[in-house]
Amino acid sequence: MANLRMPPVNLGRWLLWGSTALLFIVAPLVFTQGFALTMMTQMGAFIIFALSYNMLLGQGGMLSFGHAVYSGLGAYFAVHALNMIGKGTLAFPVMLLPLVGGSAGLVFGVLFGYVTTRKAGTTFAMISLGIGELVHACVLMFPRFFGGEGGISTNRVVGHPFLGLTFGPAIQVYYLVAFWCFACMIAMFALTQTPLGRMANAVRDNPERAEFVGYDTQKVRFLQLVLAGFFAGISGALSCINFEIVTDENVSALRSGGVLLATFIGGTGFFFGPIIGSVVFIFFVVALSGFTQAWLLYLGLFFLAMVLYAPGGIASLLMMQLPVIRAGRFRRLLVPYLLALAAGLVAFAGLIGVVEMVYRISDASLDSQMSLFGVGFDAKSPQPWIAFALLLAAGLVALRLAAGHVGERWGAIHNELQGSEP
Amino acid sequence: MSAAAIELREVNKSFGKTQIINGVSLAIERGERHAIIGPNGAGKSTLFNLISGRYEPSSGSILLNGEDVTGLKPFQINRKGLSRSFQITNIFHNLSVYENIRCGALWGSGHKYSFWHRVGGLHQVRHRAEEVMERIGLAPRRNMSAGTLSYAEQRALEIGITIAGGANVILLDEPTAGMSRTETAHAVELIRQVTEGRTLVMVEHDMGVVFDLADRISVLVYGEVIASGPPPDIRANAQVKEAYLGALHGENNSA
Repeated sequence: MANLRMPPVNLGRWLLWGSTALLFIVAPLVFTQGFALTMMTQMGAFIIFALSYNMLLGQGGMLSFGHAVYSGLGAYFAVHALNMIGKGTLAFPVMLLPLVGGSAGLVFGVLFGYVTTRKAGTTFAMISLGIGELVHACVLMFPRFFGGEGGISTNRVVGHPFLGLTFGPAIQVYYLVAFWCFACMIAMFALTQTPLGRMANAVRDNPERAEFVGYDTQKVRFLQLVLAGFFAGISGALSCINFEIVTDENVSALRSGGVLLATFIGGTGFFFGPIIGSVVFIFFVVALSGFTQAWLLYLGLFFLAMVLYAPGGIASLLMMQLPVIRAGRFRRLLVPYLLALAAGLVAFAGLIGVVEMVYRISDASLDSQMSLFGVGFDAKSPQPWIAFALLLAAGLVALRLAAGHVGERWGAIHNELQGSEP
Repeated sequence: MSAAAIELREVNKSFGKTQIINGVSLAIERGERHAIIGPNGAGKSTLFNLISGRYEPSSGSILLNGEDVTGLKPFQINRKGLSRSFQITNIFHNLSVYENIRCGALWGSGHKYSFWHRVGGLHQVRHRAEEVMERIGLAPRRNMSAGTLSYAEQRALEIGITIAGGANVILLDEPTAGMSRTETAHAVELIRQVTEGRTLVMVEHDMGVVFDLADRISVLVYGEVIASGPPPDIRANAQVKEAYLGALHGENNSA
């Protein structure tokens, strides 16, 4: 047993990283519309942001309400650097601009982390919130550097093209983001495998015991936060290149809340959780906001449902299926899952109807005549209200029944699996 | 003569107006197995908390291997070669058994807060963790999350984390608390093995364990050491019989 060695090459892991890289490369070839490209570019930058946030929340047990400070300040420094490159006062490749943002994030991580990481738990959360507000206020107070409410705009097509890359076309920006995203993913994963990364987990689980095995928990939290600040800064610089503008929104509490939402939805317990969370979150923000004004409400409801029913996030829901799939019993869950999905969709349709009608009649400038799911109706007449309310109620009841069914099957399979173990 | 492993000089500790430890002076020699006994509320755990740096003494000084460690933080004292376990199991619940022990072994390996070494590639740490896991008999449980272990296994893990760092002074706070007779016998054997060549200080209620393991015993009553000596002397000591065993009898009668 003691001689048991890990295989020298972890094949599964290489396969996983390899397919991730492949996904980054082929994604724009599959989703060719400009709209999809914009969305994927934003996803890439946000994945870095959310993963860096999870270095605090998931790995270090630090609930931060001010993580946008590091990405935002990183973005401000990047935008100034980019403008200096444009003026010719700085010779620096645009490709490496994320390092400028990262360095800024790192420096501010040292500065603010020294204060925030002195305490863990609620105190940490409160101080991070305070620093977030403080920085946001400062950004508006010093317009010379931060550009006030209008922010600072820039032009990313500057300097000499490197290998023909000007970063003018969106596709080039996408690949720049994809490259950095992939590199940061690997770097952040590698960090989880270091003494610091492992001790961050230990400090999260039981800070007291960590002190009694020789570790200064404050220092572990501090280093973890500084490194998280670095990666957040990289993500900030990428969003600066992508949008060519940085405003106070980049350091706002809204953005800090957004990354918390995305990370939590994806799941803090697994490394890849925030990646899924970012994809879902950006989809909500970018795609859904084009369809409906109520997108923030849907996002909020989704978040609420996750917190209540799947606190481990999407990642843990997926990982729960693994032992069942391995045992070859997933097929027995398929029908209950599909039933639950159908019930959920019915309830969701009812919800959409109600929410959209509320929005329609609350905005006086809009006509009450509207159409949903290809059906036209008047939001001021009672029939659609009754119809959608019934749909919602029926969907919820069916969802409840279906969930019970899933739970039953799940319990049975779980018992069988436990019984089959030696 | 070399300095004592642990030396307490006139140590006092009070919480508000309540004096818990009252002028304790005690020297524990290197390589000694020392037990601290006393009725409930005598201040045994507080004494451990003072030695290991969880609390700071109100007055007096504490020396570890001749060096003053009074007022140092737990992690600083740990780095100077003292490691302790807890009466209430204090492990990393969401980490695996292997990772728990590795956490105990990590600082001693000298890699500290490194974020440029791959922890899986640190052979010394891995060997140490494997070795400790074998010793405490948890090798078959290596990948289980510590929170799912049985009580006795968690107690063994508690000792495993404590000894993994290679500290030369080990403090065990009621290592056999809540164990069955066979589990206790097993634990005594384990403690005897893993503290070979080190200094052991333990708080223990089970007198069988105490007289079995200890080279010397100190009796703490109301925050004062009323006697300290080899087991036969303590057994014969009239003051101890009166204060400690009397209190025990009182407890038994009232129970």
